[in-house]
Amino acid sequence: MVYALCFVLFMIGLYCALTKKNVIKIVIGLGIMEYAVNLFLPLLGYRKNGTAPIMDRATDPLEFLATAVDPLPQALVLTSIVIGLGVTAMAIAICIRLYEKYGTYDITEMRRLRG
Amino acid sequence: MKGMTVIVRTIARWVKVFIFLYGCLITITGHLTPGGGFAGGVIIAASFILITLAYGKELALRQLPLRAAAGLDSVGALIFLVVALFGIGFGGIFFANWIQRRFPGGSFHLLSSGAIPVYNIAICLKVGASLFITFVIMSVLRIVVQKDGSFRMVQDEEEE
Amino acid sequence: MGTEISILVLLVFMIVAALIAAETRSLLSSVISLGAVGVGVSIAFLFVAAPDLAIVQVSVEVLLLLFFVRSTIGREVEHVKGRIRWPGLLLAILLCAGVLAFGVYALRSLPPFGSPVISAVKEAPSNLYLEKSLKETGAPNVVAGIILDYRGYDTLGEATVLFASILGALAILRGRAKRRKEK
Repeated sequence: MVYALCFVLFMIGLYCALTKKNVIKIVIGLGIMEYAVNLFLPLLGYRKNGTAPIMDRATDPLEFLATAVDPLPQALVLTSIVIGLGVTAMAIAICIRLYEKYGTYDITEMRRLRG
Repeated sequence: MKGMTVIVRTIARWVKVFIFLYGCLITITGHLTPGGGFAGGVIIAASFILITLAYGKELALRQLPLRAAAGLDSVGALIFLVVALFGIGFGGIFFANWIQRRFPGGSFHLLSSGAIPVYNIAICLKVGASLFITFVIMSVLRIVVQKDGSFRMVQDEEEE
Repeated sequence: MGTEISILVLLVFMIVAALIAAETRSLLSSVISLGAVGVGVSIAFLFVAAPDLAIVQVSVEVLLLLFFVRSTIGREVEHVKGRIRWPGLLLAILLCAGVLAFGVYALRSLPPFGSPVISAVKEAPSNLYLEKSLKETGAPNVVAGIILDYRGYDTLGEATVLFASILGALAILRGRAKRRKEK
Protein backbone atom coordinates (compact mmCIF):
# COMPACT_ATOMS: atom_id res chain seq x y z
CA MET A 1 0.00 0.00 0.00
CA VAL A 2 2.84 2.36 0.83
CA TYR A 3 4.61 1.44 -2.39
CA ALA A 4 1.47 2.07 -4.41
CA LEU A 5 1.09 5.59 -3.00
CA CYS A 6 4.73 6.33 -3.82
CA PHE A 7 4.01 5.28 -7.35
CA VAL A 8 0.98 7.57 -7.46
CA LEU A 9 3.23 10.46 -6.41
CA PHE A 10 5.61 9.58 -9.23
CA MET A 11 2.71 9.56 -11.69
CA ILE A 12 1.58 13.00 -10.54
CA GLY A 13 5.06 14.30 -11.27
CA LEU A 14 5.02 12.66 -14.69
CA TYR A 15 1.63 14.17 -15.50
CA CYS A 16 2.89 17.60 -14.48
CA ALA A 17 5.98 17.27 -16.66
CA LEU A 18 3.98 16.07 -19.65
CA THR A 19 1.04 18.42 -19.85
CA LYS A 20 2.08 21.81 -18.56
CA LYS A 21 3.01 24.64 -20.84
CA ASN A 22 5.06 26.75 -18.45
CA VAL A 23 8.64 25.57 -18.43
CA ILE A 24 9.05 26.17 -14.69
CA LYS A 25 6.15 23.84 -14.00
CA ILE A 26 7.93 21.20 -16.07
CA VAL A 27 10.99 21.53 -13.84
CA ILE A 28 8.74 21.29 -10.77
CA GLY A 29 7.29 18.07 -12.20
CA LEU A 30 10.79 16.65 -12.56
CA GLY A 31 11.44 17.56 -8.93
CA ILE A 32 8.33 15.73 -7.75
CA MET A 33 9.38 12.61 -9.67
CA GLU A 34 12.81 12.74 -8.10
CA TYR A 35 11.37 13.05 -4.57
CA ALA A 36 9.08 10.08 -5.18
CA VAL A 37 11.91 7.81 -6.28
CA ASN A 38 14.17 8.92 -3.44
CA LEU A 39 11.38 8.08 -1.00
CA PHE A 40 10.59 4.68 -2.49
CA LEU A 41 14.06 3.12 -2.20
CA PRO A 42 14.71 3.37 1.57
CA LEU A 43 11.17 2.10 2.21
CA LEU A 44 12.26 -1.20 0.67
CA GLY A 45 14.87 -1.70 3.33
CA TYR A 46 12.80 -0.99 6.44
CA ARG A 47 12.63 -3.67 9.09
CA LYS A 48 9.76 -3.69 11.57
CA ASN A 49 10.80 -1.83 14.77
CA GLY A 50 14.24 -1.46 13.27
CA THR A 51 16.98 0.86 14.44
CA ALA A 52 19.22 3.13 12.43
CA PRO A 53 22.40 1.48 11.06
CA ILE A 54 24.72 3.42 13.38
CA MET A 55 26.61 1.64 16.10
CA ASP A 56 27.32 2.86 19.56
CA ARG A 57 29.75 1.79 22.25
CA ALA A 58 27.01 -0.14 23.95
CA THR A 59 25.44 -2.09 21.09
CA ASP A 60 25.74 -5.80 20.99
CA PRO A 61 26.94 -6.84 17.52
CA LEU A 62 24.56 -9.78 17.13
CA GLU A 63 21.56 -7.79 18.25
CA PHE A 64 22.60 -5.00 15.88
CA LEU A 65 22.65 -7.48 13.03
CA ALA A 66 19.17 -8.64 13.90
CA THR A 67 17.42 -5.30 14.27
CA ALA A 68 19.15 -2.77 12.04
CA VAL A 69 17.50 -1.56 8.86
CA ASP A 70 19.10 -2.18 5.51
CA PRO A 71 21.94 0.34 5.00
CA LEU A 72 22.49 -0.26 1.30
CA PRO A 73 19.46 1.60 -0.16
CA GLN A 74 20.22 4.50 2.17
CA ALA A 75 23.77 4.77 0.86
CA LEU A 76 22.59 4.78 -2.75
CA VAL A 77 19.83 7.35 -2.19
CA LEU A 78 22.24 9.69 -0.37
CA THR A 79 24.16 10.06 -3.59
CA SER A 80 20.98 10.41 -5.62
CA ILE A 81 19.62 13.33 -3.57
CA VAL A 82 22.70 15.46 -4.18
CA ILE A 83 22.80 14.60 -7.87
CA GLY A 84 19.16 15.67 -8.12
CA LEU A 85 20.11 19.07 -6.75
CA GLY A 86 22.82 19.52 -9.39
CA VAL A 87 20.58 18.49 -12.26
CA THR A 88 17.74 20.78 -11.14
CA ALA A 89 20.18 23.68 -10.82
CA MET A 90 21.20 23.13 -14.43
CA ALA A 91 17.54 22.96 -15.53
CA ILE A 92 16.87 26.30 -13.83
CA ALA A 93 19.87 27.81 -15.64
CA ILE A 94 18.35 26.68 -18.93
CA CYS A 95 15.01 28.27 -17.95
CA ILE A 96 16.74 31.58 -17.24
CA ARG A 97 18.41 31.59 -20.65
CA LEU A 98 15.12 30.71 -22.33
CA TYR A 99 13.45 33.67 -20.68
CA GLU A 100 16.24 35.94 -21.76
CA LYS A 101 16.07 34.82 -25.37
CA TYR A 102 12.32 34.60 -25.90
CA GLY A 103 10.86 36.84 -23.20
CA THR A 104 8.39 34.25 -21.97
CA TYR A 105 8.21 31.01 -20.05
CA ASP A 106 5.50 29.57 -22.26
CA ILE A 107 6.67 26.80 -24.58
CA THR A 108 3.88 27.28 -27.12
CA GLU A 109 4.95 30.87 -27.67
CA MET A 110 8.56 29.84 -27.93
CA ARG A 111 7.71 27.65 -30.84
CA ARG A 112 6.16 30.61 -32.59
CA LEU A 113 8.92 33.16 -32.00
CA ARG A 114 11.83 31.08 -33.22
CA GLY A 115 14.70 33.51 -33.03
CA MET B 1 21.91 43.03 -5.53
CA LYS B 2 20.41 45.03 -2.70
CA GLY B 3 20.42 43.67 0.81
CA MET B 4 17.67 43.55 3.38
CA THR B 5 16.61 45.58 6.42
CA VAL B 6 18.64 46.25 9.55
CA ILE B 7 16.95 43.54 11.61
CA VAL B 8 17.73 40.86 9.05
CA ARG B 9 21.32 42.03 8.73
CA THR B 10 22.01 41.96 12.45
CA ILE B 11 20.56 38.52 12.99
CA ALA B 12 22.34 37.17 9.91
CA ARG B 13 25.65 38.44 11.18
CA TRP B 14 25.22 36.61 14.47
CA VAL B 15 23.71 33.39 13.16
CA LYS B 16 26.12 32.73 10.27
CA VAL B 17 28.88 31.64 12.65
CA PHE B 18 26.68 29.02 14.26
CA ILE B 19 25.53 27.65 10.93
CA PHE B 20 29.12 27.38 9.71
CA LEU B 21 30.18 25.67 12.92
CA TYR B 22 27.30 23.21 12.72
CA GLY B 23 28.25 22.34 9.16
CA CYS B 24 31.85 21.71 10.20
CA LEU B 25 30.68 19.51 13.09
CA ILE B 26 28.50 17.37 10.87
CA THR B 27 31.35 16.92 8.38
CA ILE B 28 34.12 16.09 10.81
CA THR B 29 32.18 13.54 12.88
CA GLY B 30 30.67 12.01 9.78
CA HIS B 31 31.99 8.57 10.56
CA LEU B 32 30.56 8.52 14.07
CA THR B 33 27.16 10.19 13.79
CA PRO B 34 24.73 10.65 10.92
CA GLY B 35 25.77 13.26 8.40
CA GLY B 36 28.95 13.18 6.43
CA GLY B 37 30.43 15.27 3.69
CA PHE B 38 27.31 15.99 1.63
CA ALA B 39 25.16 17.29 4.46
CA GLY B 40 28.02 19.38 5.86
CA GLY B 41 28.80 20.91 2.48
CA VAL B 42 25.22 21.94 1.86
CA ILE B 43 24.93 23.52 5.33
CA ILE B 44 28.17 25.49 4.91
CA ALA B 45 26.96 26.74 1.53
CA ALA B 46 23.73 27.80 3.25
CA SER B 47 25.65 30.01 5.68
CA PHE B 48 27.37 31.86 2.85
CA ILE B 49 24.12 32.16 0.93
CA LEU B 50 22.55 33.73 4.04
CA ILE B 51 25.16 36.47 3.95
CA THR B 52 24.60 36.97 0.23
CA LEU B 53 20.87 37.40 0.74
CA ALA B 54 21.14 39.72 3.72
CA TYR B 55 23.96 42.00 2.66
CA GLY B 56 24.06 41.90 -1.10
CA LYS B 57 26.41 40.31 -3.53
CA GLU B 58 29.38 42.69 -3.21
CA LEU B 59 29.98 42.20 0.49
CA ALA B 60 29.57 38.44 0.25
CA LEU B 61 32.09 38.31 -2.58
CA ARG B 62 34.51 40.34 -0.51
CA GLN B 63 34.35 37.65 2.17
CA LEU B 64 34.79 34.77 -0.25
CA PRO B 65 35.80 35.80 -3.78
CA LEU B 66 34.72 33.68 -6.70
CA ARG B 67 38.24 32.66 -7.60
CA ALA B 68 38.91 31.48 -4.05
CA ALA B 69 35.70 29.45 -4.07
CA ALA B 70 36.60 27.86 -7.40
CA GLY B 71 40.03 27.07 -6.02
CA LEU B 72 38.55 25.41 -2.93
CA ASP B 73 36.27 23.37 -5.14
CA SER B 74 39.17 22.04 -7.19
CA VAL B 75 41.33 21.42 -4.11
CA GLY B 76 38.57 19.28 -2.63
CA ALA B 77 38.29 17.18 -5.77
CA LEU B 78 42.07 16.81 -5.95
CA ILE B 79 42.39 15.64 -2.34
CA PHE B 80 39.68 13.06 -2.97
CA LEU B 81 41.42 11.69 -6.04
CA VAL B 82 44.94 11.73 -4.61
CA VAL B 83 44.00 9.88 -1.44
CA ALA B 84 42.12 7.34 -3.51
CA LEU B 85 45.05 6.86 -5.88
CA PHE B 86 47.46 6.28 -3.02
CA GLY B 87 45.29 3.28 -2.24
CA ILE B 88 46.78 1.58 -5.27
CA GLY B 89 50.29 2.02 -3.95
CA PHE B 90 49.71 1.13 -0.33
CA GLY B 91 46.72 -1.11 -0.34
CA GLY B 92 46.75 -2.82 -3.67
CA ILE B 93 43.41 -1.61 -5.06
CA PHE B 94 41.88 1.74 -5.93
CA PHE B 95 40.10 3.29 -2.92
CA ALA B 96 41.67 0.92 -0.40
CA ASN B 97 41.44 2.40 3.07
CA TRP B 98 45.22 2.41 3.50
CA ILE B 99 45.28 4.74 6.48
CA GLN B 100 43.10 2.30 8.38
CA ARG B 101 45.36 -0.63 7.52
CA ARG B 102 48.51 1.17 8.62
CA PHE B 103 47.48 3.33 11.58
CA PRO B 104 44.24 2.05 13.05
CA GLY B 105 43.07 4.39 15.76
CA GLY B 106 40.80 3.30 18.58
CA SER B 107 37.17 2.60 17.75
CA PHE B 108 34.67 5.47 18.14
CA HIS B 109 37.42 8.06 18.32
CA LEU B 110 37.54 11.11 16.14
CA LEU B 111 40.72 10.07 14.32
CA SER B 112 39.73 6.49 13.84
CA SER B 113 38.42 5.42 10.49
CA GLY B 114 41.39 6.01 8.29
CA ALA B 115 40.70 7.86 5.09
CA ILE B 116 36.97 8.37 5.75
CA PRO B 117 37.26 11.74 7.58
CA VAL B 118 39.63 12.94 4.85
CA TYR B 119 37.09 12.02 2.18
CA ASN B 120 34.35 13.74 4.16
CA ILE B 121 36.28 17.00 4.36
CA ALA B 122 37.14 16.87 0.64
CA ILE B 123 33.49 16.32 -0.34
CA CYS B 124 32.37 19.10 2.00
CA LEU B 125 34.72 21.60 0.38
CA LYS B 126 33.63 20.56 -3.09
CA VAL B 127 29.88 20.64 -2.54
CA GLY B 128 29.91 23.83 -0.48
CA ALA B 129 31.99 25.83 -2.93
CA SER B 130 30.00 24.61 -5.96
CA LEU B 131 26.65 25.56 -4.48
CA PHE B 132 27.84 28.99 -3.36
CA ILE B 133 29.20 29.82 -6.81
CA THR B 134 26.01 28.63 -8.47
CA PHE B 135 23.84 30.78 -6.24
CA VAL B 136 25.90 33.91 -6.80
CA ILE B 137 25.92 33.49 -10.56
CA MET B 138 22.21 32.72 -10.67
CA SER B 139 21.28 35.77 -8.67
CA VAL B 140 23.02 38.14 -11.01
CA LEU B 141 20.07 38.19 -13.38
CA ARG B 142 16.65 39.44 -12.31
CA ILE B 143 13.32 40.08 -13.98
CA VAL B 144 12.19 43.72 -13.80
CA VAL B 145 9.14 45.56 -15.05
CA GLN B 146 9.81 48.15 -17.76
CA LYS B 147 7.90 51.37 -18.29
CA ASP B 148 5.54 49.98 -20.91
CA GLY B 149 4.53 47.04 -18.71
CA SER B 150 6.60 44.35 -20.40
CA PHE B 151 9.25 42.33 -18.61
CA ARG B 152 12.95 42.17 -19.21
CA MET B 153 15.80 40.35 -17.59
CA VAL B 154 18.59 42.67 -16.47
CA GLN B 155 21.90 42.19 -14.82
CA ASP B 156 22.85 43.89 -11.63
CA GLU B 157 24.90 46.76 -12.97
CA GLU B 158 22.12 48.17 -15.10
CA GLU B 159 19.42 48.93 -12.55
CA GLU B 160 16.00 49.91 -13.81
CA MET C 1 1.90 -0.94 12.30
CA GLY C 2 2.28 2.51 13.77
CA THR C 3 5.09 3.38 11.39
CA GLU C 4 3.14 2.24 8.39
CA ILE C 5 0.13 4.37 9.30
CA SER C 6 2.34 7.43 9.85
CA ILE C 7 4.00 6.98 6.47
CA LEU C 8 0.60 6.52 4.82
CA VAL C 9 -0.67 9.77 6.32
CA LEU C 10 2.48 11.57 5.19
CA LEU C 11 2.09 10.15 1.69
CA VAL C 12 -1.51 11.38 1.46
CA PHE C 13 -0.31 14.85 2.53
CA MET C 14 2.44 14.71 -0.09
CA ILE C 15 0.04 13.67 -2.83
CA VAL C 16 -2.29 16.57 -2.03
CA ALA C 17 0.67 18.98 -2.01
CA ALA C 18 1.91 17.60 -5.34
CA LEU C 19 -1.52 18.07 -6.89
CA ILE C 20 -1.56 21.66 -5.68
CA ALA C 21 1.94 22.20 -7.08
CA ALA C 22 0.86 20.86 -10.45
CA GLU C 23 -2.45 22.66 -10.83
CA THR C 24 -2.25 26.05 -9.21
CA ARG C 25 -1.88 29.12 -11.38
CA SER C 26 0.55 31.03 -9.24
CA LEU C 27 4.19 30.02 -9.69
CA LEU C 28 5.14 31.01 -6.15
CA SER C 29 2.49 28.73 -4.60
CA SER C 30 3.69 25.94 -6.85
CA VAL C 31 7.23 26.25 -5.60
CA ILE C 32 6.14 26.41 -1.97
CA SER C 33 4.05 23.25 -2.40
CA LEU C 34 7.13 21.54 -3.80
CA GLY C 35 8.86 22.51 -0.57
CA ALA C 36 6.01 20.90 1.38
CA VAL C 37 6.54 17.64 -0.53
CA GLY C 38 10.24 17.79 0.28
CA VAL C 39 9.67 18.26 4.00
CA GLY C 40 7.22 15.36 3.95
CA VAL C 41 9.90 13.16 2.38
CA SER C 42 12.36 14.17 5.08
CA ILE C 43 9.96 13.30 7.90
CA ALA C 44 9.24 9.95 6.23
CA PHE C 45 12.98 9.29 6.23
CA LEU C 46 13.00 9.83 9.99
CA PHE C 47 10.21 7.29 10.42
CA VAL C 48 12.15 4.73 8.39
CA ALA C 49 15.24 5.13 10.64
CA ALA C 50 17.43 6.93 8.09
CA PRO C 51 18.80 10.03 9.90
CA ASP C 52 21.59 10.63 7.35
CA LEU C 53 19.07 10.93 4.57
CA ALA C 54 16.79 13.22 6.56
CA ILE C 55 19.57 15.77 7.14
CA VAL C 56 20.65 15.78 3.50
CA GLN C 57 17.09 15.91 2.17
CA VAL C 58 15.99 18.87 4.25
CA SER C 59 19.05 21.01 3.48
CA VAL C 60 19.00 20.16 -0.23
CA GLU C 61 15.31 20.98 -0.42
CA VAL C 62 15.75 24.38 1.24
CA LEU C 63 18.54 25.24 -1.20
CA LEU C 64 16.40 24.12 -4.12
CA LEU C 65 13.59 26.43 -3.02
CA LEU C 66 16.08 29.27 -2.77
CA PHE C 67 17.32 28.65 -6.30
CA PHE C 68 13.81 28.56 -7.69
CA VAL C 69 12.51 31.67 -6.00
CA ARG C 70 15.61 33.81 -6.33
CA SER C 71 16.28 33.31 -9.95
CA THR C 72 13.02 32.77 -11.77
CA ILE C 73 10.14 34.52 -10.08
CA GLY C 74 10.05 38.24 -10.58
CA ARG C 75 7.46 40.45 -9.02
CA GLU C 76 4.91 40.19 -11.80
CA VAL C 77 5.82 37.11 -13.82
CA GLU C 78 3.89 34.93 -11.49
CA HIS C 79 0.71 33.72 -13.03
CA VAL C 80 0.31 30.99 -15.56
CA LYS C 81 -2.02 31.94 -18.36
CA GLY C 82 -3.65 29.92 -21.07
CA ARG C 83 -6.59 27.74 -21.93
CA ILE C 84 -6.76 24.02 -21.30
CA ARG C 85 -6.35 21.86 -24.39
CA TRP C 86 -8.52 18.84 -23.86
CA PRO C 87 -7.30 16.15 -26.32
CA GLY C 88 -3.68 16.22 -25.17
CA LEU C 89 -4.70 16.36 -21.53
CA LEU C 90 -7.00 13.35 -21.79
CA LEU C 91 -4.36 11.32 -23.58
CA ALA C 92 -1.81 12.14 -20.88
CA ILE C 93 -4.21 11.21 -18.09
CA LEU C 94 -5.05 7.91 -19.82
CA LEU C 95 -1.37 7.12 -20.24
CA CYS C 96 -0.61 7.87 -16.60
CA ALA C 97 -3.57 5.81 -15.41
CA GLY C 98 -2.49 2.87 -17.57
CA VAL C 99 1.08 2.93 -16.32
CA LEU C 100 -0.24 3.28 -12.77
CA ALA C 101 -2.40 0.17 -13.12
CA PHE C 102 0.46 -1.90 -14.49
CA GLY C 103 2.82 -0.55 -11.88
CA VAL C 104 0.58 -1.34 -8.93
CA TYR C 105 0.12 -4.84 -10.29
CA ALA C 106 3.89 -5.27 -10.61
CA LEU C 107 4.56 -3.88 -7.14
CA ARG C 108 2.73 -6.82 -5.64
CA SER C 109 5.74 -9.05 -6.20
CA LEU C 110 7.80 -7.04 -3.73
CA PRO C 111 8.18 -8.34 -0.15
CA PRO C 112 5.67 -6.72 2.22
CA PHE C 113 6.56 -3.49 3.97
CA GLY C 114 8.50 -4.26 7.15
CA SER C 115 10.21 -7.50 6.22
CA PRO C 116 13.04 -6.64 3.89
CA VAL C 117 15.09 -8.99 1.76
CA ILE C 118 17.92 -9.17 4.26
CA SER C 119 15.85 -10.95 6.89
CA ALA C 120 15.11 -13.72 4.44
CA VAL C 121 18.47 -14.12 2.71
CA LYS C 122 21.41 -14.53 5.05
CA GLU C 123 24.15 -14.03 2.46
CA ALA C 124 22.94 -10.63 1.28
CA PRO C 125 25.74 -8.03 1.05
CA SER C 126 24.01 -5.79 3.59
CA ASN C 127 24.40 -8.44 6.27
CA LEU C 128 28.10 -8.59 5.48
CA TYR C 129 28.36 -4.79 5.68
CA LEU C 130 26.54 -4.65 9.02
CA GLU C 131 28.75 -7.35 10.53
CA LYS C 132 32.16 -6.35 9.29
CA SER C 133 31.94 -2.57 9.02
CA LEU C 134 33.38 -1.75 12.41
CA LYS C 135 36.32 -4.12 12.07
CA GLU C 136 37.28 -3.45 8.48
CA THR C 137 36.58 0.23 8.02
CA GLY C 138 36.61 1.39 11.60
CA ALA C 139 33.50 3.53 11.14
CA PRO C 140 30.53 3.02 13.45
CA ASN C 141 28.32 4.76 10.90
CA VAL C 142 27.68 1.91 8.49
CA VAL C 143 26.24 4.16 5.77
CA ALA C 144 29.38 6.35 5.76
CA GLY C 145 31.49 3.20 5.64
CA ILE C 146 29.56 1.98 2.64
CA ILE C 147 29.67 5.16 0.60
CA LEU C 148 33.30 5.94 1.30
CA ASP C 149 34.95 2.57 1.67
CA TYR C 150 33.05 -0.36 0.25
CA ARG C 151 31.47 1.61 -2.59
CA GLY C 152 33.77 4.58 -2.88
CA TYR C 153 33.72 4.40 -6.65
CA ASP C 154 30.06 5.44 -6.67
CA THR C 155 30.94 8.51 -4.61
CA LEU C 156 33.65 9.40 -7.12
CA GLY C 157 31.08 9.15 -9.89
CA GLU C 158 28.68 11.33 -7.92
CA ALA C 159 31.31 14.01 -7.34
CA THR C 160 32.02 13.97 -11.08
CA VAL C 161 28.33 14.33 -11.98
CA LEU C 162 27.92 17.22 -9.54
CA PHE C 163 31.02 18.91 -10.92
CA ALA C 164 29.85 18.50 -14.51
CA SER C 165 26.33 19.76 -13.84
CA ILE C 166 27.51 22.85 -11.97
CA LEU C 167 30.02 23.49 -14.75
CA GLY C 168 27.21 23.21 -17.28
CA ALA C 169 24.98 25.60 -15.35
CA LEU C 170 27.78 28.16 -15.10
CA ALA C 171 28.66 27.80 -18.78
CA ILE C 172 25.04 28.44 -19.72
CA LEU C 173 24.75 31.53 -17.55
CA ARG C 174 28.12 33.12 -18.16
CA GLY C 175 27.83 33.71 -21.86
CA ARG C 176 25.12 36.31 -21.49
CA ALA C 177 26.90 38.19 -18.71
CA LYS C 178 30.04 38.62 -20.77
CA ARG C 179 28.18 39.88 -23.81
CA ARG C 180 26.31 42.46 -21.77
CA LYS C 181 29.51 43.79 -20.27
CA GLU C 182 31.01 44.39 -23.68
CA LYS C 183 28.02 46.38 -24.96
